[in-house]
Amino acid sequence: MKINDLILRSITKLVVFIILTLAIYLFFSGHNAPGGGFIGGLVLASAIVLLLLTYDIETIKYGIPVDFKIVSAIGSLIVLLTGLGSILFGEPFLTMSFATFDIPILGERELSTVTFFELGVALAVVGVVITIILSISEDV
Amino acid sequence: MNNLVVLPMIIPLLIGVLLVFFPNYVRLQRFLTLLSMIGTLVVSIILLNLIQTQGIITLEFGDWEAPFGIAFVADSFATLLVLTTSLISAIIVVFAFGTIGEKREKLYFYAFVNFLIAGVNGSFLTGDLFNLFVTFEVMLLASYALITLGGKKAQLREAIKYVAINVFASSLFLIAIAYLYGAIGTLNMAHISERVAEVGQTPLLTVISLVFLLVFSLKSGLLLYQWLPGSYSVPPAAIAALFGALLTKVGIYALYRVFTLIFYHEPQITHSIIAVMAIFTIVGGSIGAIAFRDVKQVITYNVVIAVGFILAALAIFTATSITGGIYYLLHDMIVKALLFLLAGTIIYLTKTSRVDAMSGLIRNYPALGWFFFITVLSLTGIPPLSGFLGKILVGQGALEAGSYILLGFTFLSSMVVLYSLLRIFMGTFWGETIISEEEQIPLKPFMIIPSAILIILTFALGLAPEFIAPYVMDATDVLMEPQLYIDAVLGND
Amino acid sequence: METLIIIVAGVLVTVAVYLLLSKNLIRLILGTAVLTHAVHLLIMAMGGFKGDSVPIVSEKETRFVDALPQALILTSIVISFAVTAFFLVLAYQAYKYTKTDDLSKMRGVDHE
Repeated sequence: MKINDLILRSITKLVVFIILTLAIYLFFSGHNAPGGGFIGGLVLASAIVLLLLTYDIETIKYGIPVDFKIVSAIGSLIVLLTGLGSILFGEPFLTMSFATFDIPILGERELSTVTFFELGVALAVVGVVITIILSISEDV
Repeated sequence: MNNLVVLPMIIPLLIGVLLVFFPNYVRLQRFLTLLSMIGTLVVSIILLNLIQTQGIITLEFGDWEAPFGIAFVADSFATLLVLTTSLISAIIVVFAFGTIGEKREKLYFYAFVNFLIAGVNGSFLTGDLFNLFVTFEVMLLASYALITLGGKKAQLREAIKYVAINVFASSLFLIAIAYLYGAIGTLNMAHISERVAEVGQTPLLTVISLVFLLVFSLKSGLLLYQWLPGSYSVPPAAIAALFGALLTKVGIYALYRVFTLIFYHEPQITHSIIAVMAIFTIVGGSIGAIAFRDVKQVITYNVVIAVGFILAALAIFTATSITGGIYYLLHDMIVKALLFLLAGTIIYLTKTSRVDAMSGLIRNYPALGWFFFITVLSLTGIPPLSGFLGKILVGQGALEAGSYILLGFTFLSSMVVLYSLLRIFMGTFWGETIISEEEQIPLKPFMIIPSAILIILTFALGLAPEFIAPYVMDATDVLMEPQLYIDAVLGND
Repeated sequence: METLIIIVAGVLVTVAVYLLLSKNLIRLILGTAVLTHAVHLLIMAMGGFKGDSVPIVSEKETRFVDALPQALILTSIVISFAVTAFFLVLAYQAYKYTKTDDLSKMRGVDHE
């Protein structure tokens, strides 16, 4: 039986972009407000899961030709390297630093090395979540 | 502050992540894994010597001062265990090169081994109870993956029980942490110890300590060992050796740490319960070791007996018995790895694990037979092998404290160990040979060299204990004198 | 508020124990998941929970609660997520090989 999922398909096309925007917003707001790499990563992963639900795995693999195991490995690597970075400066492991910069257009912004750490967390979360979903659903 | 402290956890973690990128380059994977083990070994030796000159070394992550941030604490006890872990895992990995098979190697076997070692080393070094939970979980997740790797039917079946029991134990661990946080308001172990000493160990705190006892008993196989024989006998020899040598020891370490550093004020309650549990563990393990006629089952029950023995040393709770316990713990890690590797080799050569189905192996493989015999003697505690010193010190401690019942049971357990393993030895190596010259499978150097190195280690530890004696003495001092640990972590002189 | 949370945690533990004691594999997994969530609520109640305060220290906010339990819960949720996911995959694989999800049929030592 063919399932009539026209509504789901049309809405997904629109909603995925809203979810992705929300993910990026959450990711950057995490520095001093609720949000952060983990939550941003989960929301980002949920966008991909929605795509997987709406279309089939082959289409998504064609559209996003990434090995998600590698994505999570890259994420973990970034996390570890940002932690190790502080060792090079003689500071304790995982020490973070930040500074305020005056950037054109955006104005005065605080830039911090925590962002790299959070980026690693987000990538690791996306990679792990999608890997798990794929490994459960692949041979059903 | 010294960043070396975190390296025994970070090196394996980093290498493990790197290995995910190229699962098909097996040789490179082997090389990097060995490199990471040797790296941690070197770091732990440096740390051990630094501790001798500088005292306990701590590292506060991200420069957040203890007790607010997470601290890693390297005292002699933890570092000795990290050293032994790295050494043994390097040797077991060499054994795995020849035996584990390319299929498993490409399924991220080496990455998981690295994560396992990272979790084990992290558990030894952390100075924070919640961080202990996290590193425990890192170790357990890696072990879940390792136990199922290859996906044989028996492996999957036992893995379900193993995962279920460990998830349940982890929930209990969190419950214990929640209660302790509600009662004491801190999670840094040194800070908890200080506060418990201030307010006195009230009945409420004693109950919380018993929840911790329950959790770590489940993890280490003290009395609650029923999950252990099944799950340690299904994976391939190299993985079983890692489990048998390392995993239960982390639980034992946690028990030693918690009941010497934090809950040491009411030994007549807590340590008496540990004593009773240790006795039942020894009895239960002995029954299992005698009852089964399967090599794998007998050696896993020997793991259980050793757990009972080491925790009997904690229950006696004198400086002598703790020293003996530490010696025996180090010895047991080495010799259990050896026992699992030898058993794995025997099973590989005869393709069966039933004692009845094999005999006369000593004619085909004399070196293997002698190695097994030396292992049996070492486990029993015959001098000059490494088990002797630990047993004699625990016995001496028991006499000092007047714990004659524990003394009796611990020494009877040696008899059971001797009997159960000699029965394997006689059944397997003596008698009519069953393998003819043509059918004989040649012994690969990858299989016998790791065992040879471990045999040398057990002789070395038995003949020249003075090399590690200063470190063990220092470890005992810190365990018996919690104030040393507290001062080092919280920095109040 | 703490009392309510504790009662909810207690109910969840009851549910979890019931699920853990059943023979069905999927129920067992759900039981472990529910149990961890009960524990998260317990941590929340133990850490002190003032109802309407947030765990963030800032100039605007005068009332705030201890942030540590929240951090513990977040970490624990991540771990339990990973473990539950792994457990589900494992159960599916075991079902494929043993053709049963009944735990009482998976017992014992056998010689394969």
